[in-house]
Amino acid sequence: MAENVKPRVRVPRTASAGEVITLKALISHKMESGQRKDGDGNTIPRSIINRFTCDFNGENIIDATFGGAVSTNPFMEFEAKVPESGTFLFTWYDDDGSVYEESKEIAVS
Amino acid sequence: MIKRALTGAVCVATLVAGAFVGMNAVADEHANLIVNGEIEMVVRTEAPEHMENVDTIYSGWVYRATETQALQMDDFDNPGMLWVDQAAEYFETAQGPEGRSCQDCHESPEALAGVRAVYPKWDEERGVVQTLENQINECATERMGLEPLKYTGSEMVNMSALLASVSRGMPINVAIDGPARETWELGKELYYQRTGQLELSCANCHEDNYGNRIRSDMLSQGQINGFPVYRLKNAKLNAVHSRFKGCVRDTRAQTYAPGSAEFVALELYLASRGNGLSVEGPSVRN
Amino acid sequence: MKITRRETLMLAMGAAAAAMIPSAASGAAIDDAIALFTGGATPGEGGVTLVAPEIAENGNTVPIEVSAPGAVAIAVFAQKNPLPDVASFKFGPLAGAQRAATRIRLSGTQDIVVVAQMADGSFVQTSQEVKVTIGGCGG
Repeated sequence: MAENVKPRVRVPRTASAGEVITLKALISHKMESGQRKDGDGNTIPRSIINRFTCDFNGENIIDATFGGAVSTNPFMEFEAKVPESGTFLFTWYDDDGSVYEESKEIAVS
Repeated sequence: MIKRALTGAVCVATLVAGAFVGMNAVADEHANLIVNGEIEMVVRTEAPEHMENVDTIYSGWVYRATETQALQMDDFDNPGMLWVDQAAEYFETAQGPEGRSCQDCHESPEALAGVRAVYPKWDEERGVVQTLENQINECATERMGLEPLKYTGSEMVNMSALLASVSRGMPINVAIDGPARETWELGKELYYQRTGQLELSCANCHEDNYGNRIRSDMLSQGQINGFPVYRLKNAKLNAVHSRFKGCVRDTRAQTYAPGSAEFVALELYLASRGNGLSVEGPSVRN
Repeated sequence: MKITRRETLMLAMGAAAAAMIPSAASGAAIDDAIALFTGGATPGEGGVTLVAPEIAENGNTVPIEVSAPGAVAIAVFAQKNPLPDVASFKFGPLAGAQRAATRIRLSGTQDIVVVAQMADGSFVQTSQEVKVTIGGCGG
């Protein structure tokens, strides 16, 4: 697991059923692109978050694929529409096989 | 010496003035910075009395593009806050031989609100001007029994970001009289002293040419109220002494070391040029 | 793999020379990358929006926002990056809008191309040039 990987997510605490809400997700990650060379001229191997997903009660909201051109500390902002109270699950997939998860609950009235 | 004239072939070649004059080049010169819809920042105000050549002081935020400015207006959009969170965890973690944490003495980071705004500050006991980093290390070594944190290392810069974050919106107010005066005078001397092969002083860029472009980049007044700074360039938090080092290096001079007496003096002087602006750290710049 | 005229030329020039001019091949690379996303279909115009700065203060962190109402997926390409694939977004049943914002790296001034796959299987495309400025003194 890469060092110091820390996710942050923002979800409103409450919403009304069917309301479009904005979600934000940020994770600390160097996103080594695989395009850089070290001091000796050797290519530094790619080490990035290559996929990010957000689901709600098991149903998908967004499934994103990242290349090496997504910035360090990748940021995502997107919209969801949820029918009931439940849990958002945010998942980041690292090139090294690590999976980072964060979940957040919302009360829907 | 004509202080405000820009001399030297290199300067003329490097600083492209004319196309953009003064504040006209700023995206929206009246833009205001309100963070999270609640922390109102003073980004422009009357210069402190001791400044002879500048009437109005501006936060570096004013000089940035709209998209960069936006990143500082919401804590979620500001990646610097990732490390504020990390420092908040460090703050409550017991460590060292005595198993003590920051919060054993200081109830919470918020209990230290206002501290950032008055540093660097004269330390009576030690008889020197101390930076916030010096003070953090005093706590770490003397009260917690830890090895000193590296002056511009990540643990230190994170902690300094945490302490800045709880003082956001409060006016910078460093004392320059009394026993701190001598250090302040040294800082002022360093500010106006030309250094390096390019023979540039801090003032050549940040007093004589703020609002002008240096190649395609807009020069700010070099205010330090936003440190530590999350830079888009290196995507991490940068300590103020690291920034000094970068600037001095770019004049092609040997730089002083972070934490050195010279940089402490320069920090005090620069902080005093921003007296009245708000503490903004961690800010976002290019 | 189909070898284009330009790639053939590069092979002739030798690997070392090719490595020195990665951007020379990128015009073709982005076409290939887009074709992979569209399955070879030619995208139409309209119905997809890209919001990006006209001038980016630093190419390391360029905020972009893409949207295409009714799309099932949106892909972002950078014409002159060493690898043109930047990111793609598939929208699930609970997406509140077919919109996503992120921050990307651009190796220099270039066009960002955004292609959306619509629910009926068709593709639409838009593009915008982003000028990437070079920092003042490197400090």
